[in-house]
Amino acid sequence: MKYSAVVIGTSSGGMNALKAILPELPVNFNIPIIIVQHIGASSESYWIELLNNMCQLNIKEADEKEKIEKGHIYVAPPNYHLLIEENETLSLSIDKRVNYARPSIDVLFESAADAYREKLIGVLLTGSNNDGALGMKKINALGGLTIAENPQTAASSYMPLAAIAATEINYVLSLKEISDLLIKLSKQI
Amino acid sequence: MINRDTSDIEISLLLETIYEKYGYDFREYSRAHINRRIMNRMALSGLNSVTEIQSRILKDPLFASQLLQDLSITVTEMFRDPDFYRSLREKVIPLLKTYSFIKIWHAGCATGEEAYSMAIILKEEGLYDKTTIYATDFNQSAIERAKEGIFSNEMIKEYTSNYQKSGGKESFSNYYTSDYNMVIMDNAIKKNIVWANHNLVTDGVFAEVHLILCRNVLIYFNENLQGKVQKLFFDSIINGGVLCLGSKESLRFSDFSDSYTELDKKQKIFKKKYSLNER
Repeated sequence: MKYSAVVIGTSSGGMNALKAILPELPVNFNIPIIIVQHIGASSESYWIELLNNMCQLNIKEADEKEKIEKGHIYVAPPNYHLLIEENETLSLSIDKRVNYARPSIDVLFESAADAYREKLIGVLLTGSNNDGALGMKKINALGGLTIAENPQTAASSYMPLAAIAATEINYVLSLKEISDLLIKLSKQI
Repeated sequence: MINRDTSDIEISLLLETIYEKYGYDFREYSRAHINRRIMNRMALSGLNSVTEIQSRILKDPLFASQLLQDLSITVTEMFRDPDFYRSLREKVIPLLKTYSFIKIWHAGCATGEEAYSMAIILKEEGLYDKTTIYATDFNQSAIERAKEGIFSNEMIKEYTSNYQKSGGKESFSNYYTSDYNMVIMDNAIKKNIVWANHNLVTDGVFAEVHLILCRNVLIYFNENLQGKVQKLFFDSIINGGVLCLGSKESLRFSDFSDSYTELDKKQKIFKKKYSLNER
């Protein structure tokens, strides 16, 4: 397999963007996906259930020390940072907010870049702050693939624009194009 | 041939050095978190490699204590997770009421916010006068701050909201005195908390207690270390006593899953069985 994991980060407008991408992925999509969506500290996790009902892949809130498996999509719980360990397990932390956010996209992306290096795909979607830009920079520096939502079609262009300004982005695409590309990449050996 | 990442090896060596030189053992912490903290310190101190940190901590105790602060999480708040404290009031307080005196161990108390929260609940429930709360942490400077009981005014609005959501019965302002941009906790709340230095990784049992709170500490430990600390907790709680973990923590990595019943599954409140036959 060319790629071992996909990390996705998004903020405002993210729920709709995830609804456009995730249900398109087929049941045999063989790269695990780990997501940070900015949410309030006391949010209930009903939206995960909602997405799970729309998707062929299994979506769940990440548990600490959980082994990352293909066929699954893991989402950061509210009020915790989500990190990836070298041994491909998930870790949680209540460390300070980063970019005013906990969970923070940078925290996930930077730890994922360390763990997966050139076998990582980073996807940054709509959002109205600059969380994720440094994470994309690190993914790029360690040889991973970077994809940003097209700022012209994104619900909020700020987040993808911040990443485009911070580093080299390999693909700038619409949501439909992103799901198509992910499927294509998952078939590469 | 195995070609392990160089910076990963450097960090392992650094953690060995910290242990050898200062006795603090981070070797079985979750590595991603440690990496992040060390990289932050490197950037803040203008150092270029983990090896530079390594040689610096050997010669510079001030720098070493700075790094120890970096590796210790002191992020906390009063009545963090109000639903947990509501459940504590409803499900644990009635059990505590059956004892003639109560000993509570708050392990990993950081700057003390949650220990004070506990004291407030006990006071409102009429139990505080017969209670001792042992609040411990390995971070001495956090304990010193906790002991002072002085918190920033900025946080009080959020704490008051947490307190109300947790089922608080009074006005939160009854428990502190405002002074400029600070608040100081009242002596009536402070009086039965004993602050002590204790390291969960390297120290043993220090008291037999009715209740242990250790929330959002185990998430930083690997599976093996979590198992060891759970053994320490099991050995410290009396039969029928209670263990409270953080909302994402569990007994999964210990030998003790069958030794407790769940008082509140979602809020991670467990009651130690009198015997393994108890259901």
